Amino acid sequence: MKFSNIKYLILRRVVQLGLLFLYFTGNVWGWKILQGDLSTSLLFNKVPLSDPFALLQIFATGAIVGTNVLIGALIIVLFYGIIGGRAFCSWVCPVNLVTDAAAWLRRKLLIDKIERKVWISRNIRYYMIIIALIVSAISGLAAFEVISPITILNRNIIFGIGSGLGFIVAIFLFDLFVVKNGWCGHICPLGGVHSIIGKYSLFRVKHTSENCTLCMKCRVVCPESQVLHMIGKKSITVNDIECTNCGRCIDICDDDALGFTVGKYIKENNKESK
Amino acid sequence: MGMNRRDFLKSSAAATAAAAVGISIPEEVKAAAQDAEKGWRWDKAPCRFCGTGCGIMIATKNGKIVAVKGDPAAPVNRGLNCIKGYFNAKIMYGADRLTQPLMRVNEKGEFDKNGKFKPITWKQAFDEMEKQIKRALKESGPEGVAVFGSGQYTVMEGYAAHKMMKAGFRSNAIDPNARHCMASAVVGFYQTFGIDEPSGCYDDIELTDTIVAWGSNMAEMHPILWSRVTDRKLSNPDRVKVVNIQTYTHRSCDLSDFNIIFRPQTDLAIWNYIAHEIVYNHPEAIDWDFVKKHIVFTAGPVNIGYGMRRAGEKSLKDGLYSAKEMEIISKEMEKKVSPLEAPALAPYGYKEGDTMKNTPGTLAHWIISFEEYKKSLEPFTLDYVAKLAKGDPDEPLEEFKKKLKMLADLYIEKDRKVVSFWTMGMNQHTRGTWVNTLSYNVHFLLNKQAKPGNGAFSLTGQPSACGTAREVGTFTHRLPADLMVKNPKHRAIAEKRWKVPEGTINPVGKQHIMAIHRGIEDGLVKFAWVNVCNPYQDSANANHWIKAARKTDTFIVTSDGYPGISAMVSDLVLPSAMIYEKWGAYGNAERRTQHWKQQVLPVGQAMSDTWQWVELSKRFTVKDVWGEYKPSGPRKKPLPSVIEAAKKMGYKEDTTMFEILFANEEAKKYTIDDPLLKGFDDTDSLGDSRKVIGSDGKEWKGYGFFIHKYLFEEYAWFGRGHGHDLAPFDVYHKVRGLKWPVVDGKETQWRFNAKYDPYAAKAAKETGGDFAFYGPLAKKLFTGSLTKPDKSKGKTPIPNKAKIFARPYMDPPEMPDETYDTWLCTGRVLEHWHSGTMTMRVPELFRAVPEALCYMHPEDAKKKGVKRGELVWVESRRGKVKARVETRGRNRPPRGLVFVPWFDEKVFINKVTLDATCPMSKQTDYKKCAVKITKA
Amino acid sequence: MGDKEKKEQITPRRRFFTDMAHHIGLGTMGVLLWGGYAAKAKSNPLTLRPPAALDESDFLKRCIKCGLCAEACVNRPQNIDKDGHQKPGTLKMAKAGDSVTIGTPFFTPRDVPCFMCDDIPCVPACPTGALDIAKVTNPKTNELDFRMMDMGVAVVDVHSCIAFWGLQCDACYRACPLLDEAIKLVYNRNDRTGKHAFLEPVINPDVCTGCGLCEKACVTEKPAIFVLPREVAQGKAGDHYVKGWDKKDQLRVGNRKEEDITTHNERSKKKPLDYLNNNGLGL
Repeated sequence: MKFSNIKYLILRRVVQLGLLFLYFTGNVWGWKILQGDLSTSLLFNKVPLSDPFALLQIFATGAIVGTNVLIGALIIVLFYGIIGGRAFCSWVCPVNLVTDAAAWLRRKLLIDKIERKVWISRNIRYYMIIIALIVSAISGLAAFEVISPITILNRNIIFGIGSGLGFIVAIFLFDLFVVKNGWCGHICPLGGVHSIIGKYSLFRVKHTSENCTLCMKCRVVCPESQVLHMIGKKSITVNDIECTNCGRCIDICDDDALGFTVGKYIKENNKESK
Repeated sequence: MGMNRRDFLKSSAAATAAAAVGISIPEEVKAAAQDAEKGWRWDKAPCRFCGTGCGIMIATKNGKIVAVKGDPAAPVNRGLNCIKGYFNAKIMYGADRLTQPLMRVNEKGEFDKNGKFKPITWKQAFDEMEKQIKRALKESGPEGVAVFGSGQYTVMEGYAAHKMMKAGFRSNAIDPNARHCMASAVVGFYQTFGIDEPSGCYDDIELTDTIVAWGSNMAEMHPILWSRVTDRKLSNPDRVKVVNIQTYTHRSCDLSDFNIIFRPQTDLAIWNYIAHEIVYNHPEAIDWDFVKKHIVFTAGPVNIGYGMRRAGEKSLKDGLYSAKEMEIISKEMEKKVSPLEAPALAPYGYKEGDTMKNTPGTLAHWIISFEEYKKSLEPFTLDYVAKLAKGDPDEPLEEFKKKLKMLADLYIEKDRKVVSFWTMGMNQHTRGTWVNTLSYNVHFLLNKQAKPGNGAFSLTGQPSACGTAREVGTFTHRLPADLMVKNPKHRAIAEKRWKVPEGTINPVGKQHIMAIHRGIEDGLVKFAWVNVCNPYQDSANANHWIKAARKTDTFIVTSDGYPGISAMVSDLVLPSAMIYEKWGAYGNAERRTQHWKQQVLPVGQAMSDTWQWVELSKRFTVKDVWGEYKPSGPRKKPLPSVIEAAKKMGYKEDTTMFEILFANEEAKKYTIDDPLLKGFDDTDSLGDSRKVIGSDGKEWKGYGFFIHKYLFEEYAWFGRGHGHDLAPFDVYHKVRGLKWPVVDGKETQWRFNAKYDPYAAKAAKETGGDFAFYGPLAKKLFTGSLTKPDKSKGKTPIPNKAKIFARPYMDPPEMPDETYDTWLCTGRVLEHWHSGTMTMRVPELFRAVPEALCYMHPEDAKKKGVKRGELVWVESRRGKVKARVETRGRNRPPRGLVFVPWFDEKVFINKVTLDATCPMSKQTDYKKCAVKITKA
Repeated sequence: MGDKEKKEQITPRRRFFTDMAHHIGLGTMGVLLWGGYAAKAKSNPLTLRPPAALDESDFLKRCIKCGLCAEACVNRPQNIDKDGHQKPGTLKMAKAGDSVTIGTPFFTPRDVPCFMCDDIPCVPACPTGALDIAKVTNPKTNELDFRMMDMGVAVVDVHSCIAFWGLQCDACYRACPLLDEAIKLVYNRNDRTGKHAFLEPVINPDVCTGCGLCEKACVTEKPAIFVLPREVAQGKAGDHYVKGWDKKDQLRVGNRKEEDITTHNERSKKKPLDYLNNNGLGL
C-alpha cells in the first residue's frame, strides 16, 4: 500500500488519538491544553468548546446553562458549519475508531460480499434527534448523554476504564455483523446533528469524473456510500450532508479523480441551480 | 439459650467483672457466656500503648488473638478503651511482621556493612553478634557495647537486658527511650523527694476540685484519664475547674474553663509567677507549719548549658557539624544573657548582655534561706511574666494577665484542691528538671501535695516507663529500685544479689541515649542493640545518627516486631515476640504494676527479647567479659579485672554469663510445674510447638525453669523493704494490678502521707507531722546563697524533707530569628503510637490519620503563600522535611508556631528537631526549635 | 421500490397515513424505551454530589458531563503526595455500574472525602452552572466560602459508634475541618463505671457540609458516621410552627404558600352540605 493511499487515514488517526491524548493529559497530569471531554472542553484553559447537541438536550429539559457553554457551542457550530462540515464524525469522534475497525474487518471477512439487504433507514438518526429531545424533556435528563457511546468511550479514556465499555463492544458487533456502517451511518443522532450543522461548510470532497476509471473502490470504503452518487457521472463536489470529509475516497482513488476543495460549494451550487 | 447478642455481651461482661471481684454469678448466665464464647479463652492483660495502664481482656482461639474487650474490673478504665486500645487485637497481625533474622550480607552470605538484607538463622545471628561484641569490647571496652532500651520493655526483659549489660558486659551504655519521655520528671522526683515516681494516683481526679494540665494534651494522649477528668467536671461543673496551659490550642482545651497559651519555655516563668503571687501577695496562704516541718529551700547553678555537644568532642573537631548548626551548639559553651531572661537572672548576678560561661549540667544544689528563695522570685511580677509568656500575639495583654491571675487564684484559694498534671511539655524541655521542681514548689507552699485530690502529678507516656525503665532502672546511671551505679554501696548491693564479684559493675554511668548516638558518631560505641524502640526515628537531629550508623564501623542490631527506620539503618534485624506473645509486666504512671501471661505463640521464628538476651549470655564467659579495661569514653579510670575474684566465688574462666546471671541455682528453683503455667504457653521456659531452631542450631526446647517468675522475683527483691515493695509474682496474676509500695498486701494511694503510706507513717513517728518525704537521695546538703554553696560549714542532713527550688526563667538555646522565624513543636496524635510501627499497620487507624500534618495558623499560611492541604518544607539548621499544611485541624497554633507530629516516618520531623536536652536529666527538648516554612 | 409498485391499491393518501402511523409508532416505542431507561439511569438517592450542586433534578438537567469539576479536583495543587505523585481525586465521573447517572460527578467519602479546599476549585470549573457558584459565594465578602459548601450531612449510628459505648474515640470529631462546629462532643457521665465520661459526637446539620472526612476517619469496620444527601438525612418540622424562643426560626419556615394553608384529608373530603345531608345516621 502506498502512503498516498492512507494519507488522510493516518492524519485522522493522529488527530483522533492526539485529541484523546490531550484530554487524557488534562485529567491525569493537569495539562491545560485540552481539559474536559467531548461534551464540553476548555482549550488552553480559556476557550470553551461545547457539544451543541448536548446543549440542545439540556435546553429540552428546561434548564438554562452558563454563557460559557453557549459560547462553546457557538464556536463548535461556527467551526463545523463554516469549515469542517461533518468532520467531527471522522476526525474527532472516538467511536469512529471502533466503527472503522468493524468496517475494515467486515471487508476482510468478506461479510459485505454476502450482505443481506440493509433493513434500516439511514434517516433513523434524524428521528433519534427528535426522540432524544422528547425524552430529555420528559425525563429531565439529557437523554442521549446517558447512553452516548461517544462520551462514554471518551470519558473511559480520560477518567479511567469502567464497566461502560459494553456499549462500545455492542456497536462494534452491530457494525460488524448486523448493518454495515450501522451506528455512524444510520443511528447516531450526534452524527445527524453534525450533518445538519455542516450543511453549508466550505470543505468538500470534489469529484473529477474525467479522471474516474469507475473502479468503485471509493464507494466500497465510503461509510456513507450514498453520498458518492456522482462517481463517474458528474464533476461536482459531494454536497450530501452525511459526508464526513473523512477522505478515505481520496486516499483510495488511484486516478486522481477525488480531492478536497475549499469554497467551491457556492460556485457549484450556483452552477447546479442554473 | 434464647440469648441475643446484646444479652451475650452483657453476660460475658458480667462474668468478667464478677470473676474479678470474686462474686459468684448465676450458673445460667455463666453457662450462656461460656457457650457463646465456645473456643474463646479470655484472659487479662494491660493495653499495649500509653502510660495510663488500662486493663483489657484478650480472647484467643486456635493460637491467635481474635478479640479484646476493656476489662470492666480494671480500676483505671473499668472496661473502656481509647481507639488505640480498641485495636489491641490487631496490632500483632500486620502482614509484614518480621519472622526471621535478617542480616546485611555479601554474596557469600557473610556480614557486609554495605550488603543487602537476607534471611539468616538465629545461630548465624548470634555468631555475628558475639563476634561484633567481642570486637567492641576489645576496641572500646564495655563503653563500646550499647543498648537502646525502652519504656515498653516488659519488666522481665528490661531486667534481663540490664543485668547482662551491667553485670555481664560491665557496660552502663544502656538507656531507654524513656529518657526522651520522662527523665526530667525523674530528676525532678529525685531532687524534690529523694525517690522516683509520683506521690499521688489517678484517684486524685475524682477527689480534686481543680485540674490544671500543663504542657500536655490529655484528651489525645491519655484519653481514658481525660474521660475521668471530664466526668469530674460534669459531676460539679461550677465547683470543678479545668485549665489547660500549653503553647497552642488543642483538643483538651475544649473542656477548659480557660486556656493559657504561652511562649515556648516560659512555663518556667508562669510557675514562678504563681509562687511569686503566693509569697509576695498571699503570704497567708503559705502553710508555714507544713513548710517548716517538711521542706527545705534549695538552689543550684544556672549556667548549666543545654546538653548539646561540647567543644573538643571528636565529631565537632572533625567538622561533622555545619556552621549553621554551630551557631546553636556554641551556646553550650557560652551564651549572652538576653533581654527576655535578664530580669529573671538578676538575682543570680547576671544582667542583659553578660556572657554566661556554661559548665556541663550538674545536679548539685544546696540549702538556702526562705529569704533567698523569695529574692529569686522577686522578678516574676505579673507585668514581667505576662509580657514574657504571652504566646498568642493576637491575644490582648490584659486578657492574658487576667488569666494568669485567675490561674494563681485557683492554686491559692483556700480549701480548693488542685491537681497539676503534665507530660512532655514540661519534661521535653531544656530546663525540664527545673520546671518539674517548680511545680512542686507551688504545691508545697500551699500544702497541696501528697494528699487525696491534691498534688503535682507527672503523667508518663509509655506503658512501662515507670514499671521497667524507672523501677528496674534500665538507665545508664541506675540499678534497680533507685540504686545508682555511681554509689559504691549501691553497686555492692547489686553485685551481692547478682552473685558477681565485687567491683564488677562499672561505676561510670554517663552514656544516656544522646550520648550513645554521639558515641557512635565519635567512634566510641562499636556495637548497639535496639530493643523495643525506634531510636533512629525518635531521636532529635536524626540525620547525624543515621549517617553515623551507616558510615562508621558500628554494628547495629534491631529487635522488633515490624521493620521501621531503625531496622532500616541496622546491620542485623531480629524478629521479636510482641506483647501478648510473651509473659510480661508493665508499670503505669500511678505506680500500678500489671502482669499478663503469654496468650499466643509468636509468629514465624520470632522470640522474646528476654530470650534474645539470655541466649546472648551463653556466648560470653568470665574471661571474655570480666578482665581489665583501659579508660574509655566517659570512664577516666581503668576498670580492674574481676576474674580472680570470680574464681574465688567458684566460677571458672569459661563459666558462661548464662550460668551465672540467668540459669543459676536460684533460678532453677522456679520450676515449670508452677500452676500458673497450666494451660498457657511459655515459649521461653518450655519451648513451643513451632520448634524454632535456636541460637545453637538446635530445636528450642525451653530453659526448663520458670524464667519470668525468677526474673521478676529477683528484681522485686531490690525494692522490697525500701519503699518500692512489689507484691509476689503470683498475686499479680490474681488482681488487676497494684500500686506500689505494696505493704502487707495493701497498695498505696498517696505516698509520703502518713495516713496512707506505711513508710511515711513509720518515718513520721520519729520526725512528727503528717508527712515524711523519706526518699534517701541527696539528703545531705551544703548551705549557701542563691549563687553558691558555702562549703566551709559542712553538710546538713535533711531526712524526710522535701525541697523547694529557686530556679529562674532562661531562654532555650534556639529561638526564632529572621531566617528561622517559626517555633516548631512536635508531639503525638491519639490515633498513632510513637513511631507508628504498630498503629500505622492497623488499617482503620492508618485510614483515620494516614499522614502527619503541619498544623499552622491560617494567617501564617497566608503569609507564606501556602494553601491548606499544600506541601511545605519545614526546615531548620539541621534538616528539612515536607509536610502538608493544616490550618483548621485539631491543633490550632498561635501565629509563629507550627506543630508537627512525629509518628509518620514519611514526615521525618526528627531530622529537623534540635538535640538539646535538659542538661540535668539529659531529656531532649522536642517541643521547641526554630524553623522556616517554605512552599514545597 | 419494486415491491411498492406491485401494491397499486395503496393510495398515496393511505401511504402517507400508514407511514405516519409507522413513524409515530416507532417513535413512541423509542420514547418509551429510552424514557424508561433514562428514568432508571437517574442516580440512586444516596448519591453525593460536588459542593454547590443544584438540587438533584436541576443538577441532572444541567450537568453536561464534561468532567471539568473532577479534573479541577484531581489536579488541584494540594492533591499530591510527598513524592510529587498525584493522589486520587475526590470527584469521580460515574460509569455504568456506579448506580449514578452515567458521566455525572459524585464522590464516595469512605474512599476519598472532600477536603473542603479554601478555593473550592471544582465549582468555578463548571461551565453549565450545574455547580452553582452563587451557592458557595459569601454575599458579604463576595468570596468563595468553604463553609457554604453543601454536599450532604453526616449522620451517626449511635448503636455502632464506639464513642456511645463509652470508648474514647472521637476520631470523627478530630477529623472534622469545622472542628467543634459541625461535630460537637456532648459530654455525659458514665454511670456504669462511675468515673468516666461519654464524649459523644453529635452533628450540627446547619454547619455540617457533608465533606465526609469524618466518614473516612471512622475506625469502625463499616463507618458508624456517614454522609447522606441532606434531603435523605434530615426530617422537616412543619412550616406552621415557629419556635417562640428563637428569633431566627421564622427564616426556617419562610413564607407559607396560600395553597398550603387549606388542609385536606380523608375527614375533610366531603363538603359540609354533603356531609350534613347524606349523613350516616339515617336521619
